[in-house]
Amino acid sequence: MTQHFLSVEGLQKVYPAADGKPNPPVFDNIHFGIERGEFVCIIGHSGCGKTTILNVLAGLEEASSGVVIMDGKEVKGPSLDRGVVFQSHALMPWMTVLGNVAFAAKSRWPEWSKAKIDEHCTTYLEMVGLGHAIHKKPAELSGGMKQRVGIARAFAIEPKMLLLDEPFGALDALTRGTIQDELLKVVQATSQTVFMITHDVDEAILLADKVILMSNGPLAKIAEIVEITMPRNRTRAEMHHDPQFYRIRNHLVDFLVNRSKSYAGSDAAVLHDARHPPVVRPGLAADEPPPSDSTRPILKQVVNQ
Amino acid sequence: MFSKLGLKAGLLSLLIFLIFIGTWSLATYHKEAPAVSAADAEYAAMMGKGAGKTGGFPPPSEVGAAFVTYLSDPFYDKGPNDKGIGIQLAHSLWRVGLGFFLAVIVAIPLGFAIGMSPLLFQALNPFIQILKPISPLAWMPLALYSLKDSDVSGIFVIFICSLWPMLINTAFGVAAVRRDWINVARTLEVKPLRKAFQVILPAAAPTILTGMRISMGIAWLVIVAAEMLVGGTGVGYFVWNEWNNLALPNVIFAVAMIGLVGMVLDQLFGSLQKLVTYRE
Repeated sequence: MTQHFLSVEGLQKVYPAADGKPNPPVFDNIHFGIERGEFVCIIGHSGCGKTTILNVLAGLEEASSGVVIMDGKEVKGPSLDRGVVFQSHALMPWMTVLGNVAFAAKSRWPEWSKAKIDEHCTTYLEMVGLGHAIHKKPAELSGGMKQRVGIARAFAIEPKMLLLDEPFGALDALTRGTIQDELLKVVQATSQTVFMITHDVDEAILLADKVILMSNGPLAKIAEIVEITMPRNRTRAEMHHDPQFYRIRNHLVDFLVNRSKSYAGSDAAVLHDARHPPVVRPGLAADEPPPSDSTRPILKQVVNQ
Repeated sequence: MFSKLGLKAGLLSLLIFLIFIGTWSLATYHKEAPAVSAADAEYAAMMGKGAGKTGGFPPPSEVGAAFVTYLSDPFYDKGPNDKGIGIQLAHSLWRVGLGFFLAVIVAIPLGFAIGMSPLLFQALNPFIQILKPISPLAWMPLALYSLKDSDVSGIFVIFICSLWPMLINTAFGVAAVRRDWINVARTLEVKPLRKAFQVILPAAAPTILTGMRISMGIAWLVIVAAEMLVGGTGVGYFVWNEWNNLALPNVIFAVAMIGLVGMVLDQLFGSLQKLVTYRE
């Protein structure tokens, strides 16, 4: 197997049932890799264990079996090498905006002076457009601004990898759009490696280099890895003019609506190699008439080597 | 400066107070006391200041006079049975302060430990549940026997009654710190001590302060009873002493002072609480 920057091998998670007997695993035999500087989104229905996978990558939760290796080292417990943006922003309300980010930076560089920490943090807060609000308390900010602080906090520790747990889930569409743009800018400026959970297909297409599609849980698995072949400098305003956009979008929506179920559980109808899930590039496929039988999985141009 | 509502409420409070004083005056109004016989007068003189006031429940005027007398010279000291109210209150506050402080020293770290460790919580919970409902005064004989000092026993009683609300609230506050904040600290590899002081303590501070406020309220309730038992000094002893003198105006005065000081203490902790409360 080629050496990835981050590789996940044979991940499985079993939560004990209330009566102590083991449930069927939430997900099983999960294999994937992420390259340095890559932006990977993971999409799947609720209950397929996306958040658990992210927490395992973060080191906040332990997998029942399987390993995660990042940069040649096994992931065991949380680390400053992986910054996490939480779904509920998780800012400490008794600290100012700057205080929250500085708390993180101070953890990373305990030897830095306060002035240096403040300057460093202010840079990142300005990057997400919060230069004017650094002395406010989180309670004085809107939901979108709070999430921006969460993003600045994760970036400020300059981690090797960033993990985002559906960071825009609680935001309205307009705010979500602006923060997506900001995230895109910061990620491109810092060439950060990112792993992000999302429910929003457009968001995934805008941000990701590749999208991991999870089948439904329990016994969820990686159904497909979709490469987003549109040029990297895409913007929210322009990307829907690209003919690839709708092909990718249709492919993703089609998966979520029709095909994610057929992978589920033991009655998986599809022959499937968990170690090498099919990699598809729907954006490059030529236009073809929509499949008449939409429940039948159709793989477009498998490019696994 | 005052809002319109505040002004109205103030006026209404004043009105209620006046009605209360008026009713009190009417209820305690009585005709000229019958002329005292010579023997009674002599007896009264022998009994000292208190005996003159035995003619029924004192009217507001007499109580008012007691207020003026005591407040005009709160710090006089004429021997063990006759000290100014200021000195008595200072003795009580000293006992409460010391007992409460000792309780803080024990309850906050122990509560922290219990809140952090489910094992410790389960192990100590039965003891806490049994010890908590015991009236602090029930400890008094044991304290007097083993500590052999009435003053120290008083402080111990305050200590034991302040302990439980603080302990339980600290443990609860620490255990209930938002999982997200703990996870943030974990992903940042924050050292345990820094996590305790910069994440858990501020997060649990409002709950801890609530416990301290409850404790202080209970301590102030208990000190009066404790001082009635151990005697010597303090506002509780003052009340009991004036009761023995049958000087009811003085008792009423002392009761009012106990209420006033209790209120000030509560407000003090109220503002401390406001200081550490955060808005989300």
